[in-house]
Amino acid sequence: MSDTQITHPLVDGPVGPGCKKVDPIVIADGVKRQFGGLTAVDVAHVEIPRNAITALIGPNGAGKTTFFNLLTGFDKPNEGNWQLDDQSLANVPAYKVARRGMVRTFQLTKSLGRLTVLQNMLLGARDQRGERFLSALLPFLWGRQERANVERADDLLRRFKLHEKREDFAASLSGGQRKLLEMARSLMSDPRLVMLDEPMAGVNPALTQSLLDHVLGLKDEGMSVLFVEHDMHMVRHISDWVIVMAEGKVVAEGPPESIMQDQAVVDAYLGAHHDTDLGTLTNQQVVQIEQEAAAELASTDEEEKA
Amino acid sequence: MLDVLLGSLGNLISAESAAYALAAIGLGIHFGYAGLLNFGQAGFMAIGAYGFAIFTRFVDPTTQFGWPSWLSLIAAILFAVVCSVIFALILGIPTLRLRGDYLAIVTIASAEIVRFVARTQDLTEVTGGSQGIRGTDYKGDINASNPFADGGWLHWVASGPLESLSSNNGWYTFLSWVLVIVAVVLVWGLMRSPWGRVIKGIREDEDAVRSLGKNVYSYKMQALVLGGVMGAIAGILFIFPRAVQPDSFATTLTFNVWTALLLGGAATVLGPVLGGVLFWFLLSFVRGLIAELHGLGIFGTMSASQAGQLAFVAVGVALVVLVVFRPQGIMGNKKELSFHV
Repeated sequence: MSDTQITHPLVDGPVGPGCKKVDPIVIADGVKRQFGGLTAVDVAHVEIPRNAITALIGPNGAGKTTFFNLLTGFDKPNEGNWQLDDQSLANVPAYKVARRGMVRTFQLTKSLGRLTVLQNMLLGARDQRGERFLSALLPFLWGRQERANVERADDLLRRFKLHEKREDFAASLSGGQRKLLEMARSLMSDPRLVMLDEPMAGVNPALTQSLLDHVLGLKDEGMSVLFVEHDMHMVRHISDWVIVMAEGKVVAEGPPESIMQDQAVVDAYLGAHHDTDLGTLTNQQVVQIEQEAAAELASTDEEEKA
Repeated sequence: MLDVLLGSLGNLISAESAAYALAAIGLGIHFGYAGLLNFGQAGFMAIGAYGFAIFTRFVDPTTQFGWPSWLSLIAAILFAVVCSVIFALILGIPTLRLRGDYLAIVTIASAEIVRFVARTQDLTEVTGGSQGIRGTDYKGDINASNPFADGGWLHWVASGPLESLSSNNGWYTFLSWVLVIVAVVLVWGLMRSPWGRVIKGIREDEDAVRSLGKNVYSYKMQALVLGGVMGAIAGILFIFPRAVQPDSFATTLTFNVWTALLLGGAATVLGPVLGGVLFWFLLSFVRGLIAELHGLGIFGTMSASQAGQLAFVAVGVALVVLVVFRPQGIMGNKKELSFHV
């Protein structure tokens, strides 16, 4: 972290990990998730800006996907609180989180293989009368709503260039098309915040550009986007804001142009001693590294005792 | 040989094959549409059969309160249905939040628990113990409410070729198939509705459906209850032409219903019906054939009943062949359903 205070139009005050946003859509406080002795996520404070595309990056095992699962109710934290537009979402089951407008996709695409593309889409629509058991048998109760949903689904499918696949089973789509379908499906519910877990993973380069455009399109329609990604090209290309996690904590935040120069980010990705040649260590350096290691050990011991 | 074939053909539309068909329709809702692994359909059938028989035997509204027999019949069926709903809730509440395998384990065990409770000596007063309940103890209402019998309002139908309707067995068969048709229409209507779409989505991927704002737990429970109620009604149909025997609700029955379901096609509307009918026909045909062959002395020193068991070997082989060569069943669409666990 530098001593000169940087400011940014999205941020209220100085830029830094856990900084306040001018208009946050999600505020998380003290979210902690432990698996046995391992603390996978320990986020003290983070805010996600509204109507912006925020990237969540970090090395493998940083806890990005776990944090995603916690926010969307797919996993329960040991402690912590978070809210979407002033509504607390702690201890709210996943399906209710989705109903409140926070819809996610998955790292390993979850298209419903033996449903057609259109049925996949229709499943995304919210508040369907025909989904209640008793009214399901009386088509006149839900027919009109269903037709409206089909129309909306067709519009979205055309936009995502899946329309000619409408009647095919989702299992017959390619990996990239499934990603598109998953994204289109999540839009059927008019979400406020779309959470994309590695939208680029396994996508054919030919589809990359169209996927990027679709993500940018979400912002133009007034939605907020939070995505986890390893593809730095995508992060630099479309995100307005980048949050960096390492070892479960938010270690840095900033605009995509400058975030990779942040010392905390470089350390997180490459290790703090990445530019030291191990063959030419001076005695002084060795002593310093040993001291650091001892201090680290002592602090973990203390943590275990506590 | 021809006699065997004709006799088996007679079984095609018997009340038993209707009971199999209805139990398979219920299992089709569980496995074919919702992806729930229920290995205790015999338990649901036992709950239905015992619920019905015990209610009629002990509450007996016809003699106790002077109700008309058709009303007592409906009351007994409703009582059995309520019992099966409670049974489904007990099975579902702890297991449906977990992965599918847990439901499989719990259902197979609880179906056996139901059977062993029913045949406990201490409960002989109520369930008849290992002897079961005699037909005369619970068939009063159903026999008395036959509208095709002498003096019934539909007696005029039961003439000429349909004369057998006026007999008890004819009436059981008629009622059974009417209920099967009702169940088929119900499943057809449900599975083309948005409700059915959610159920099929859960079969494909629970988490995806959850992420779209559907209460997966509640939908799985609804599917479990619906299929279980159909199993219970199938259990009632199953005991009309016979007596209540605890051992006829053993795990064999569950696997017979599974065979019928997979034979017809798990995620199809008419598959379970076709499978139930065909299964019952093939089983009795193979049995008859084995009896004939036994008469010719082909099986050496085996007794007739020992040779009869070979029919179930044939069922097992048929199931294996089916799974390998036509996993989607007779009615199924290969693209839509190969085995999915």
